[in-house]
Amino acid sequence: MATKRKIRVLAAKPGLDGHDRGIKVIANALMDAGMEVIYTGLRQTPEQIVEAAIQEDVDVIALSILSGAHDFLFPRIMDLLGEKGVDDVLVIGGGIIPDEDIPSLKERGVAEIFGPGTRTDDIVSYIENNLRR
Amino acid sequence: MFNGKKIGEIEEARRKWSDNLEPKLAKRPERKAHFVNTSGIPIKRVYTPLEIADFDYMRELGLPGEYPFTRGVQDTMYRGRLWTMRQYAGFGTAEDTNRRYRFLLEQGQTGLSVAFDLPTQIGYDSDHPLAQGEVGKVGVAIDSLRDMEILFDQIPLKKVSTSMTINAPAAVLLAMYIAVAEKQDVLPKELRGTIQNDILKEYSARGTYIFPPKPSMRIITDIFSFCSREIPQWNTISISGYHIREAGSTAVQEVAFTLADGIAYVEAAISAGLDVDEFAPRLSFFFNAHLDFLEEIAKFRAARRLWAKIMRDRFKAKDPRSMMMRFHTQTAGCTLAAQQPKNNIVRVAFQALSAVLGGTQSLHTNSMDEAFCLPSEEAVQIALRTQQLIAYESGVTDTVDPLGGSYYIEELTREIFDGAQDYIDKIDELGGAASAIEKGFIQREIQESAYRYQREIEKGERVVVGVNKFQVAEEPLRDLLRVDPAVRISQIEELKTLKSERGNGRVKGILGELRKAAQGNDNLMPVILDAVRAYATLGEICDALRDVFGEYQPVSTVGG
Repeated sequence: MATKRKIRVLAAKPGLDGHDRGIKVIANALMDAGMEVIYTGLRQTPEQIVEAAIQEDVDVIALSILSGAHDFLFPRIMDLLGEKGVDDVLVIGGGIIPDEDIPSLKERGVAEIFGPGTRTDDIVSYIENNLRR
Repeated sequence: MFNGKKIGEIEEARRKWSDNLEPKLAKRPERKAHFVNTSGIPIKRVYTPLEIADFDYMRELGLPGEYPFTRGVQDTMYRGRLWTMRQYAGFGTAEDTNRRYRFLLEQGQTGLSVAFDLPTQIGYDSDHPLAQGEVGKVGVAIDSLRDMEILFDQIPLKKVSTSMTINAPAAVLLAMYIAVAEKQDVLPKELRGTIQNDILKEYSARGTYIFPPKPSMRIITDIFSFCSREIPQWNTISISGYHIREAGSTAVQEVAFTLADGIAYVEAAISAGLDVDEFAPRLSFFFNAHLDFLEEIAKFRAARRLWAKIMRDRFKAKDPRSMMMRFHTQTAGCTLAAQQPKNNIVRVAFQALSAVLGGTQSLHTNSMDEAFCLPSEEAVQIALRTQQLIAYESGVTDTVDPLGGSYYIEELTREIFDGAQDYIDKIDELGGAASAIEKGFIQREIQESAYRYQREIEKGERVVVGVNKFQVAEEPLRDLLRVDPAVRISQIEELKTLKSERGNGRVKGILGELRKAAQGNDNLMPVILDAVRAYATLGEICDALRDVFGEYQPVSTVGG
């Protein structure tokens, strides 16, 4: 019997922000839900994140920023994915992201933004229901 | 504390009381089967003299201002002088932040606390490619002495004390502060303030490291030694549990990991040839004020007692000031909810009250809107008023350590002390804090606690008002403070102008001297001071040190 491939997630910290409590909690929760999680560690450039996503053949990129640099870094990551022809990876984000910034991030292709107070179960089921491949 | 006959009477009474309670509890059980605090310490139904029957008042508490300082580091505490009200602030350009500082000082704030943006904290100028998107966001952008001059424009450094949250490049920012003071005709010996300068917790919890541990510890001991000679009123380090707690640790872990870091700094300074009583009086600490009100109060008291014991017994300090744990406190940013944000005002109020009842020397109260953005002027005013309400209206400042002697507080203080001591023993076995961090031990302990805490919230075992209970539909908060992305452009322009106006030959020469000094053993502070006076930029100075010291490579602690 063929075993079903586990959902592969790249948990990434773009930019210079050192707050990794949230992304580590989510990485743990996704692993507990049976997913494979590759955590990049801190201070990743958009180039490094896109490269890692391709190398690791992930289904999902989960980005976390609490420094306010999402307005520059999230669109940059989406642009690079586009340049590399990657269009079947689900990109989600979280952190300290004002509501008014969410529509423009979604326009750039970030599928969903999860703010403070989100249940990790909700992120798990969102991923399971919205995979693009 | 109590005579044997009285203790016997209490024991007998409590036994009867418990027996009588059993049938009642069978019919009407308590809200929870087990009551425990965030450190996993079980909480009893009631505390009586029985719990502290063997209590040795002089050994465990003593009097205020006396060893082991459990009741406070000053003899009169807030009857003499209130804590310093110090709001952490900084955003955008030096002009923007200078305006906020002057607002805060007009509102009755009594000290400054500088938040730097991430490029500054990691030693990059605003024109560095990695600074894109980050300039001026979480703090003020400082590229050179020129920005620092604007930051403190019309602020008399002779009068205010300034705390700077700066770690890996602390030596550079301290040098800039001294250079600004020179221009205001203020002598180094008149300067009062603090640099955070605590690299170990950057590796374990906060993330703004640059250099590997060994050269980082050397820079820190250079600062200790320079400051003890040149700026004797300066707090040379703020050994921080705040970020360890924010990263998810328990209260016991916060005390343990912070004090273990403190031990590592003291050991490093002693091996560098410094006398303990020469530098230890200027060590300061920084803690978190989290939600569990009584646990927090006990935590502050336990931390003070434990540090005093470590300094006296382990490091043989003779000067009582070396044994005094003086600390700053900030309310817990991680407890601020994005849901029903006005509730945060109340959370902050009782967190701040715990810090005051725990005997803090200075305090930052978070603003209600910080789960979204940097605080607006209105929000920061309420936060400051919260401190003023505690100081002037609540009455808790009129006697020293008002909760001292509470059966519960004393027992809990003891349990936190013991729990932290056990962790420190374990860290000693691992070779000390730096080695425990390199092995990933401290990071793993913190992240396991963070995950447990989150599970408790999601299972509903831990109620967060407005988040997992008592929710309402609400409109998003408007008029948030936003940093204009043009800040980066203007900083880059300023850098260009600076580099065209300064003596570049001189800068190049001093940076060469800095590299040479870094390769040798001389104190780095004098040459860094020369470099900032010549308007070498922060990035240039840190790059010179990167050339010699290399950069830190973190260990991975997530997954198999």
